[in-house]
Amino acid sequence: MTYKLTHLKELEAESIYVLREVAAQFERPALLFSGGKDSIVVTHLAYKAFYPLRIPFPLVHIDTGHNFVETIEYRDALVEKLGATLIVGSVQESIDTGRVKEETGYYASRNKLQTVTLLDTIEKHKFDACIGGARRDEEKARAKERFFSHRDEFGQWNPKNQRPELWNIFNGKKNMGEHFRVFPISNWTEMDVWQYIYQENIPMPSIYYTHEREVFLRDGQWLANEACMTLKPDEKVVTKQVRCRTIGDISCTGLTLSKANSLEDIIDEIAATRVTERGGRADDKRSETAMEDRKIAGYF
Amino acid sequence: MDKGYLDMELLRFTTAGSVDDGKSTLIGRLLYDSKSIFEDQLEAVETASKRGGNEEVNLALLTDGLRSEREQGITIDVAYRYFATPKRKFIIADTPGHIQYTRNMVTGASTADLAIILIDARNGVLEQTLRHSYIASLLKIPHIVVCINKMDLMDFSESTYELIKQKYHEVIEKLQLPDVKFIPISAKLGDNVVTASANMPWYKGCTLMELLENTPIDHKLNTEMMRFPVQYVIRPISDKFHDFRGYAGRLSGGILKKGDAVTVLPSGLRSTVAAINQCDKELDDSFTPDSITVQLTDDIDVSRGDMIVGDSDQPVVSQDITMMVCWFNERPLLLRNKYIIMHTTRETVGIVKSINTLVNINTLEAETGGDSLKMNDIASITIKTAQPLVFDSYKQNRTTGSLIFVDPDTFETVGAGMIS
Repeated sequence: MTYKLTHLKELEAESIYVLREVAAQFERPALLFSGGKDSIVVTHLAYKAFYPLRIPFPLVHIDTGHNFVETIEYRDALVEKLGATLIVGSVQESIDTGRVKEETGYYASRNKLQTVTLLDTIEKHKFDACIGGARRDEEKARAKERFFSHRDEFGQWNPKNQRPELWNIFNGKKNMGEHFRVFPISNWTEMDVWQYIYQENIPMPSIYYTHEREVFLRDGQWLANEACMTLKPDEKVVTKQVRCRTIGDISCTGLTLSKANSLEDIIDEIAATRVTERGGRADDKRSETAMEDRKIAGYF
Repeated sequence: MDKGYLDMELLRFTTAGSVDDGKSTLIGRLLYDSKSIFEDQLEAVETASKRGGNEEVNLALLTDGLRSEREQGITIDVAYRYFATPKRKFIIADTPGHIQYTRNMVTGASTADLAIILIDARNGVLEQTLRHSYIASLLKIPHIVVCINKMDLMDFSESTYELIKQKYHEVIEKLQLPDVKFIPISAKLGDNVVTASANMPWYKGCTLMELLENTPIDHKLNTEMMRFPVQYVIRPISDKFHDFRGYAGRLSGGILKKGDAVTVLPSGLRSTVAAINQCDKELDDSFTPDSITVQLTDDIDVSRGDMIVGDSDQPVVSQDITMMVCWFNERPLLLRNKYIIMHTTRETVGIVKSINTLVNINTLEAETGGDSLKMNDIASITIKTAQPLVFDSYKQNRTTGSLIFVDPDTFETVGAGMIS
C-alpha cells in the first residue's frame, strides 16, 4: 500500500477539517447555499464531515427572486434528503420593506442588493460564522481571502489587515456583533470541483447540463430570456443548446453554448476552455475591482 | 475523459523574493506557459498594463489582486494561485518580499512543501536572500529551489551563475539547508521556467517546471509517530446510531490502523481503535493528512483538544515550552504578558516567561533578548501555559510542533511559534 493521498483526497481532508473547526469554534454557524456547484460540494463535504450526525447547522439561501426554477427544486429536494434546516433570506422582502432600492435599466441586477439581505439575515439569526463556497481561483480579490475571514460589526472585510493564517490553525475569535465568513474549499479550482463531483457521483441541478433555452446575446454573453430581463430593441431571442458554467442570479449568469450532457463531458469541456468561469459573470465586469468592492461591503 | 487527472498529487510551494527580483513575473510566467491563464484574464491584464503605462504585458498584474497593490505595484498580502499540469496540481503562496512583510512570508511558508528563492543575477546574494532563506529554514520547508533570475541581463553568463551559486553555498552551510537546487532563468523571457533555455546550453539541469513536477512530497508522512488531535466529538442522538461515539479529526502524523493500541493525552488513558470511519465507510487503516472519525473500544473521557497517539514514541506533555517565535503585530510582545495559545485543536493561556535570544535577521547572529519583541522580530522565548500542551518539536512535526499567539484584547493573531 502506498501512503499518498490524491489531490482530491487531500483537498477533501482539508475542507472537512475546516468544517469541523467551524462546528467546534462557533455557536451559531450557517452554510450559505446558493444552489450552485460550489455550495453543493460544500454541503456534500459537511454531510461527510459529521456523519452519522446530521449537518449541525442550517442551510441559508439568499433568494434574489430571480432564480432558475431548477435551482429551487434542487435546493428543496436536497434539504429534504439531508433532513437539514433551510432558512431563506429574501431580496424581494428587502425591496418591499424599503431596505434596498431595485436597480433599473437594461443592466439592472439584484446581485448587489443581496449583500443587504445577507447581512440582515445574519443579524436576525445571530449567525457568528457563515460558510461559503467561494474559491481563491475564481477571482483576484478572492485569491487574498483567508479560510476564516473576519468581518467587523458592519459585516465589512478589511483586505489590508487580515489575520495571518498559519499551518492549519484557524483563529475564530471575535467580539460581540462581529462574525466570520468561512471558505472550506478555498484551495479548490473549478476543475477540482467537477472532478470531485464526478468521483463522488453527486447529483447536480439539470441546468449544468446541456438543454434548449431561449437566450439573447448581450456584450458577447448569452443570457436567459426570463421575465426579469429587459431586452434592448436590437436584441433578438433565439433558441440555443446551452448550459450554465456557474449559477448565480439569472440577470448575471452567462450561459455557455455547450453540448455537454454528462459529468465526463463537462470535465472535458473545462479542460479545453480558454475563458474563466467568472468570465460569464456580468457582476464582475462592472469595474476592475468589482469583486473587491463588493466583498469589502459584505458580499459573499 | 482522461481519468488520469483524478489521480494527481498536490504540491504546495511558496516564492520568496522582492518585486525587483521578478517574483510576480515568474509566477505569471509559470501560469502563462502552463496554459493556466485564460483569455479573459490575459485581456484584463493587457488592458490594465496599458492603462498603467507599460509597453509590455505586465505579468505581475496577474497576481496582485487588491486595488492598492495594483496602484503601488507591490504585493501586500499573501495571494494563492493554482495551476495544474498533467502530473500535478500546484498551490502557490505568493508572498511579498519586503522586510516589513516578514509575517506574510512566514504565513506563506508555513504550509509549503517547497520554496523558490529568487536572486537577481545582477545583484547576487543579498541580505534579503539570507532573510528569505532563513525563513524557509525556520519554517522547515523541506525543499528549496534557488532561481537565479534575469540571466538575460547578464548575457546568460555561466560564470555569473557559478559565482552566485558558490556564494549561496555559504548560506546553505550557515543554515544547514537540507535540499537545495539551482536553476538559471529568465522569468521575463521564459528561459528554463517551463521550456529549456536555448540561450544557456551550458546548463544541463532541469527546468523549474520539471523540478516542481518531480520533487517528492512524501515527507508529510511520518510513519512512526501517530498523532491524532481530537477536533470534534460526534454523538448522534438517533436510534440507528444509539451507541455511536466518534472522535473526528485530521491525522497529523503517522498511520492509524483498526485494532491499534492507543493512548489519550494528556490524561494518559489507554484504549484500542474499534473502528475508523469516513462518512458511511469503514477503513482498515488511514494515514496523514486524512480526515477521519475514530471509535475506541472503551468508553473513556475524550474531548476536543486531547490527542490520541500510538503507544511508542509519544509526544511531550508539558506546561513549559521553549520555541522560536515570529511576532506579527504592531502591539509588541511583552515579558510577563498573557496570550491565548492555539495549538492543534487545544486552546489555553500562556504567559511569556523569558525572551532568550533575538535573531538579527540580516546577520543571523543571536543577540541577547530584551523584554519585548517588535513586529517582524524573530526570537527564542519560553512560555508557561495554564493547561499542558501535547507537542512534538517543530523539526519533527510541523503540525504538532506549531502554535499561534492570539491577543486576548483584540483577538488578532499576533505571533507564530515553532517549538524547539
